[in-house]
Amino acid sequence: MYKLTYKQYFNALKEGKLLGLKCNDCGSYTAPPKLCCDKCGSISIEVVSLSGKGVIKTFTVIRVSPEGYEAPYIVAMAELEEGPWLMGNLINVDPDKAKMDNIIGKKVTVSAKVLPKMNYTPDEGVTPAFIITE
Amino acid sequence: MRKVCVAGVGMTKFGRSQKSSIEMFAEAAMEAIVGSSIKPADIQCLYFGNVYGDLEEGQTVMAPYAAREIGLSAGTPSLRFEGACASASVAIRDAFIAVAGGFYDLVLAGGTERELAMGTPLATRAFEMASEAYYEGYAGITFPGVFAMLARLYSKKYGVPLPKLKERMAMVAVKNHKNGAKNPLAQFRNEITVEEVLDGPMIAEPLQLLDCCPFTDGAAAIVITTEEKAKKMVKKPVYIRGVGQGSGAPLYRQKDFTLIESRVAAAKTAYAMAGIEPKDVDVVEIHDCFTIAEIVASECLGLFDFGTASEAVEKGETRIGGRIPINPSGGLKSKGHPIGATGAAQSYEIVKQLRGEFVERGTQVEGAKIGLTDTLGGDSATLVNIIYGIKG
Repeated sequence: MYKLTYKQYFNALKEGKLLGLKCNDCGSYTAPPKLCCDKCGSISIEVVSLSGKGVIKTFTVIRVSPEGYEAPYIVAMAELEEGPWLMGNLINVDPDKAKMDNIIGKKVTVSAKVLPKMNYTPDEGVTPAFIITE
Repeated sequence: MRKVCVAGVGMTKFGRSQKSSIEMFAEAAMEAIVGSSIKPADIQCLYFGNVYGDLEEGQTVMAPYAAREIGLSAGTPSLRFEGACASASVAIRDAFIAVAGGFYDLVLAGGTERELAMGTPLATRAFEMASEAYYEGYAGITFPGVFAMLARLYSKKYGVPLPKLKERMAMVAVKNHKNGAKNPLAQFRNEITVEEVLDGPMIAEPLQLLDCCPFTDGAAAIVITTEEKAKKMVKKPVYIRGVGQGSGAPLYRQKDFTLIESRVAAAKTAYAMAGIEPKDVDVVEIHDCFTIAEIVASECLGLFDFGTASEAVEKGETRIGGRIPINPSGGLKSKGHPIGATGAAQSYEIVKQLRGEFVERGTQVEGAKIGLTDTLGGDSATLVNIIYGIKG
């Protein structure tokens, strides 16, 4: 039933390929993947490569981190050219210099950061790593 | 559908407790039972909220033990509800449905949590589990981080410069501490200033320590029954007029989450069932897990137009005596936030407000006839709104 599972999405992201789903009925894009089109619920969807380009919509600098993470680091949300939003880490900005003016609205490309298996995670994880390109 | 009322209510002191989760719940539950002039064995079902009993105390399957702890019979079902920070409100809503639908006449609903047993690193990790694990969790997102990103979305969308927004967010904390200082059950009973909020340590930029609610131990419970029975049990039954619950997608699918769809939908359902509009509400307990959360929630509930609630805070419209008092209990910020119990503690406050019991304390919303609770679970996954009234 699944066209794209988390594992397949993570494996592609690790190799620098951002995958998504395109709906054959309404034409919209869904990423990260789910069972059906996020907009219309259709299961007539196909796996496509996304451009990996977007803009930062919001961010925070985490100063108190959960177990397994070392603060400070930047968590951000980016809107992709195709429409979906992703949450990930912004990796080429010094957290101490991260301000709204120099981050929100900036163009980014999406790469990947791999995390080892930790307590309470089923296996290794992969998160989008945003790189500001302007 | 039958008319449903709250009879007795009970709540422990919030803060650090040397009691177990079950002991705390038992005390809150017994207060509610005694206040209802009934015996524990009269209770037909327990609706019990708890989230991290396994991580806090190495205890799952807590509901049946809690039921037997307070003297419910071997034939009384007990159900655990997990809706993250909204667990007790999910339990109360289901208890309402069971009584309204005629399956039970007399049920106990509430919850308990002992977060401080975890310590901050594990508690921060545990709370992160209520974000989406695969596509958000690996970014190292935290709950303050989610609402920090919300504050920046809000600032940008509505053109409220961040320093101005932060000042108004601080005013939310100041207001809630002022109310909580008068609440003997609150975790923090100190008043604070805007300057103190803005001088505090940074947790997740732009949120500082006093923008965030604390980790808390505590429990609360309410007895829910039919109108007919309630009138015999207590002098002032409080009606449950409407309930609504929504399910939110992970944040990356919600995109701009300054408008939380699950909250707007839950509130709409509750208002329609109660046959009222937002302007009819006299007092509100809102899920102020973070200062910005109270501002955004008050807009999603229709109490203020979108983009205007931070200014309303500055004008004092959400104070006791203002146009629509929000969090007279002190809210999660000052009262504390034991997540399995929070929804029941909000209900405890609203029921007592509608009974007019807070005059001596100095936090009574004068003439309050209709009250609303708003409880958010996860980073807006589970949303529950419950409307209470002194008339059916």
